Amino acid sequence: MIRWLQGLGRYGLARLTRLGRGNLFLLRLLGSLPFLFNRPRLLIVQLYSVGVLSLPIILVSSLFVGMVLGLQGYTNLVPYGAEASLGTLIALSLVRELGPVVAALLYAGRAGSALTAEIGLMKATEQLASMDMMAVDPFKRVLAPRFLAGFIAMPLLAGIFTAAGILGGYFVAVEQLGVDSGAFWSQMQASVDWREDVVNGVVIKSIVFGLVANWIAVFEGYDTVPTSAGIGRSTTRTVVNTSLAVLGLDYVLTALMFGGL
Amino acid sequence: MQRSSPFAPAEVLIAIRGLRFVRGALTIFDGVDLDIPRGKITAIMGPSGTGKTTLLRLIGGQLRPQAGRIEIGGQCVHELGRRELYQLRKRMGMLFQSGALFTDLNVFENVAFPLREHTQLPENLIRTLALIKLESVGLRGARDLTPAQLSGGMARRVALARAIALDPMMIMYDEPFSGQDPISMGVLMKLIQTINDALGLTSIVVSHDVQETATIADYIYLISGGRVVEHGTPAQLGRSSSAWVEQFLHALPDGPVPFHYPAPDYEADLLAGQDL
Repeated sequence: MIRWLQGLGRYGLARLTRLGRGNLFLLRLLGSLPFLFNRPRLLIVQLYSVGVLSLPIILVSSLFVGMVLGLQGYTNLVPYGAEASLGTLIALSLVRELGPVVAALLYAGRAGSALTAEIGLMKATEQLASMDMMAVDPFKRVLAPRFLAGFIAMPLLAGIFTAAGILGGYFVAVEQLGVDSGAFWSQMQASVDWREDVVNGVVIKSIVFGLVANWIAVFEGYDTVPTSAGIGRSTTRTVVNTSLAVLGLDYVLTALMFGGL
Repeated sequence: MQRSSPFAPAEVLIAIRGLRFVRGALTIFDGVDLDIPRGKITAIMGPSGTGKTTLLRLIGGQLRPQAGRIEIGGQCVHELGRRELYQLRKRMGMLFQSGALFTDLNVFENVAFPLREHTQLPENLIRTLALIKLESVGLRGARDLTPAQLSGGMARRVALARAIALDPMMIMYDEPFSGQDPISMGVLMKLIQTINDALGLTSIVVSHDVQETATIADYIYLISGGRVVEHGTPAQLGRSSSAWVEQFLHALPDGPVPFHYPAPDYEADLLAGQDL
């Protein structure tokens, strides 16, 4: 019993220390960001690798998500003769929830895991330590550009995801199932509010998710145990922890924004 | 904790006094005193796992000791702020065991990296400087290769060129000979010696390759069990009366460091199996 309690205490302490390390890490990371004003090229290279290279998976997935929404929505709305509201259904689902959430989950799998593995491998091969010994701060040179690039890319990817998803829905609903095109767009326009839905949904949510996802990815890479098994574990943890954090935060944000709490 | 130094105070670049470093439950150093003389090659040797690499990291300020002082040219390394530490590190080179080249840059860019980060030199001057450094390690022709295309020995030579890019006052070598074939070992030995003499810098070589290190070192410290066991010039150590030094320098399998890991009595251990 005592041993069990000791184990619990040790586990708790280890978790808390790690949380503390993570917070200190974020502070130092944020402090390193101004350095990028002098070296914008570092940021641009990373924007390409986390942002542009994530586009294919974001575009393809969003088209499919939109198309599924169109199909599902249509079969459920037709019995009530409400298929004209399909535009509203697709747009609100994507703008409020699916756009930011699914984009963040895909981002964690595509870009977050790659960030963790890259930084972890740089640590394991002593590249970070040797940079540090050359009086070049790895926080500024390596971590800050990756973090900021991800933070900028996330809302853009979520926006693209949402827009492409709506197009996918349009394709199924209007072109295939014969919903009236005018009704599809005008109902959508009438019911989606800029501040209520777009700013609250895509914009704020994806900014929060972008902060969390990139913080986790960069921290896991930097904090990795420098062995191949350690890097594997860190990469997994990035995807798992980001997914859990995104879904959990999504509930909190939704409750605050739309839940009337 | 003052120990009489074998060198005159003016000769000493790095002075370590009463160094104590503990990692987890493991005491790595317990009262280490040593002096690194200027302009010489000093070797720090000891069995695997005695924390030789840790010592270099302590000197470089990447780790902090629990007690004791490490002074480089009169500055106490672990009392410096990050900015001052970085100023100091610009004058230190370190060769990591793996070379630690940046895998996303080619050989030329790796050597140019410290120049680009720390100077505002025009591109043609950076090119000239990087090529001079590469020429001095014999790899000017390999400038366009990526680190993945280099052999282990070549990677270390590139890393050496990178470490001397800013003309440091001292350079630290972490196990420069481990895992090298005889030719590559010879090349590295010659390079360490030539670079030390040509650039007039201070070299610290951490190694357990006794013969190679003893050939190039001016002074040797032997570390074991968290303290300095013996020190002196290679000739002095050769005459040492300590059985441990004898065993280490001549690579004898048994001696004060036993061949066997502590175990219960052999016979009793084998007979215990009969009851299974």
